[in-house]
Amino acid sequence: MLEFPRWRKIWLWSVTLIAIACALPSILSMSNLRWPDALPSPTVNLGLDLAGGSHILLEANPAQVAEQRLENMEEAVRNTMRQAEPRIRIGDVSTSENQLGFMVESAADVDRARELLLPLVNGTGLTREWNLSVVDQTRFVLEPTADGISNAVTDAMDSATEVVRKRIDSLGTREPTIIRQGDTRIVVQVPGLQDPDQLKALLGQTAKLEFKLVDQTALPSDLEQGIAPPGSQIFPYAEGSDFAGSSIAVRRLGGIKGDSLTNAQQSVDPQTNEAVVSITFDQAGGAKFAQLTTENVNKPFAIILDGKVLSAPNINEPIRGGSAQISGNFTTESANALAISLRSGALPVDLTVVEERTVGPDLGADSIKKGLLAMGIGSLLVILLMVFTYGRFGIYATAALVLNVLMLLGIMAVFNTTLTLPGIAGFVLTIGAAVDANVLINERIREERKRGRRVVAAVENGYKEASRAIYDANITNFIAGVLLFIFGSGPIRGFAVVLIIGLFTSVFTAVTLTRLWVAGWLRKARPQDLNI
Amino acid sequence: MRLLKLVPDDTNLKFLRYRMPFYVVSLLLIAASWGLVMTKGLNYGVDFAGGQEVRLTFSELEEAPIPSLREQIGALGFGDPVIQRFGDANQVSIRVRLPENVENTPGAATAIGNQVISTIESTYENVIRDGNDTVSGKVAGEFREKAVLALLAAMLAISLYIWVRFEWQFGVGALFALVHDVSLTLGMFALFQMEFSLQIIAAILAIIGYSLNDTIVIYDRIRENLKKYRKMPLPELLDLSVNETLARTVMTSLTLLIALVPLLLFGPASLFGLVAAITLGIFVGTYSSVYMAAPILIWLGVNSNSFIPQEGVADKQERIARGES
Repeated sequence: MLEFPRWRKIWLWSVTLIAIACALPSILSMSNLRWPDALPSPTVNLGLDLAGGSHILLEANPAQVAEQRLENMEEAVRNTMRQAEPRIRIGDVSTSENQLGFMVESAADVDRARELLLPLVNGTGLTREWNLSVVDQTRFVLEPTADGISNAVTDAMDSATEVVRKRIDSLGTREPTIIRQGDTRIVVQVPGLQDPDQLKALLGQTAKLEFKLVDQTALPSDLEQGIAPPGSQIFPYAEGSDFAGSSIAVRRLGGIKGDSLTNAQQSVDPQTNEAVVSITFDQAGGAKFAQLTTENVNKPFAIILDGKVLSAPNINEPIRGGSAQISGNFTTESANALAISLRSGALPVDLTVVEERTVGPDLGADSIKKGLLAMGIGSLLVILLMVFTYGRFGIYATAALVLNVLMLLGIMAVFNTTLTLPGIAGFVLTIGAAVDANVLINERIREERKRGRRVVAAVENGYKEASRAIYDANITNFIAGVLLFIFGSGPIRGFAVVLIIGLFTSVFTAVTLTRLWVAGWLRKARPQDLNI
Repeated sequence: MRLLKLVPDDTNLKFLRYRMPFYVVSLLLIAASWGLVMTKGLNYGVDFAGGQEVRLTFSELEEAPIPSLREQIGALGFGDPVIQRFGDANQVSIRVRLPENVENTPGAATAIGNQVISTIESTYENVIRDGNDTVSGKVAGEFREKAVLALLAAMLAISLYIWVRFEWQFGVGALFALVHDVSLTLGMFALFQMEFSLQIIAAILAIIGYSLNDTIVIYDRIRENLKKYRKMPLPELLDLSVNETLARTVMTSLTLLIALVPLLLFGPASLFGLVAAITLGIFVGTYSSVYMAAPILIWLGVNSNSFIPQEGVADKQERIARGES
């Protein structure tokens, strides 16, 4: 038990040293010293609860994705049928209960229509995206499959994450963390951000921009009751716009979406001195916009943002340059925010903030300072107690404890884990386990000596008998840690990670390393008696 | 140098002589804890209750004007606010409930938080925002669900492992001790109405881990002694095992306490609840290992045969077939 071949010694020391080396950058950065940039620097990130900053959890509503998808499908079906040679006439289009239904006017076209629909239905992957059925000979019903919807939600969340990232980057905030969580959530963490209002305003805006023709046939009395003429729908005016509180009817189809923009900038209208957003379409969008404005000169069209009408100006002349100006009683800030949102693209789905935590940086820094002071005092007392109780063995135990903390930090840094307040509870438990292991061993050695065993046998037995309980205790805690990680939510996971890593380092330092030292000392000094 | 000995050699305290009264008291305490949790309820923090919580420091004042804050914010119409001291005397956390439909309205929660803060800032100068938390009802519900699930899963898995490593009686004993620790901690939080948050769940997990360490050390010694002293009556053997490990129990608990007490006294306010819970848990956990986990073995009928290899049925038949007795 006390024999250590040379290769084993080298191996143990190199593991220890590498782990400690990995901890150095973190320690230096905590004490405000610089670590040379040229060297790789794995660091333990401090959680927002310790370092200050903002944590925002956004959630999407998958039903909205399904709805949007149904709408797109309707548009695609109409286009496909219109462009078919010869054109297939369809009617009685309905989108209800998450189904798209339509009638092919001539029964002779049914097979051809089905043929044309197949590529739309099957999507790109191996999964079928829609179930297609024909009822009563000429009525087509398209129903999304579960796979189709879940693919769509995944896609929407992927691109939403991308859009969120772009928007946050445009704010110039440093080192934001943006991660998908579960099926419909995105976590945004921005260290050091004091006032997250601006950020939340930016993320809360879907920025779905649409240009739609105003339906001038709608009667004001119908509008008040919310009744739209056939083929039209009603949108309310945005708060703060000139006609806030009233609504307007627009044609459902034939509008232009704002996702074909190449640029959007906040600027000032030279005539009115009002903050506006200037947008530039890409080529295809520009052509469509030119066509729309050419065909509808002297008619009003509505500029709709996230389902609210900003304004409904008259088309005085065709707009061919591919750029336009949006006005809507903006302030400079709100115009700038809208420009950023438009530049980074619309969110494919609305995101709502379901959890937000902000910790002021002063509080965080204060926490760390006080925490370190208290830990320093505590460590000193522990060291004194250990040394006065176990003498030489107490010094070994203390050294093992220090190495344990360093190795734990080092491994956490390599895995890029984040230390949070609950993580500190894990730290405390780990240190407790390490202390306990040494206490167990040393008490056992005392006992063996009392029973009259000789020095080497007492030490050997001490380690052997104590190890059983140490391993059992650590394995149970390990099992608990893994389960906590699987079932727990964010903060509990922070605890579990530290616990799991800490169990390995504490057994390694408190059992293996101290045994190595004790064995070395016994071999060299050959003591006849132990002061323990 | 003469070394410190916290527990004199050959200490032989009759821990288990009064096991009955201790057990009754413990069971009563567990019942009382659950009674408190049921009647007084846990003072859920924003994690579990949901809502909007702002933490403020009144830098111009010695003490935060809690009664007048309560009146002012109560007048805003979000129901009765929960206002608590948080760290120093001039630091408070204020929690208001969010209206039902707030989750579907982006920015609504922020607006409420801002309304609370601006109301306060209109009356008091130099109020520092230390932070704010918004947790929707749905997310808070998930936190509660996951915390309970994680705790139960961990406790059950631990007991199963101990069953496998020792005997089923030990598994039951360990589970019992853990239930005791968790119950008493919850009871304490209900009694003093300290804020119960996700951090406290982490603390309870640390307590479970620590108490388990203790229980396993004693169980390990019991197992060893069961093999060693085959004829010793069980109560005596348990006492011997507890006494033999007493030096270790005292030393480990003391070490942890002297590490925790400075953290409790000088540590950051944000850690107070967590550290207080763990400190309390050290006492509860040590007690439960001796008085909950050990005596239950007597009643569950552990004996030295538990750890002697049992003769299998096949072996027995073979022996009989060979005509041996």
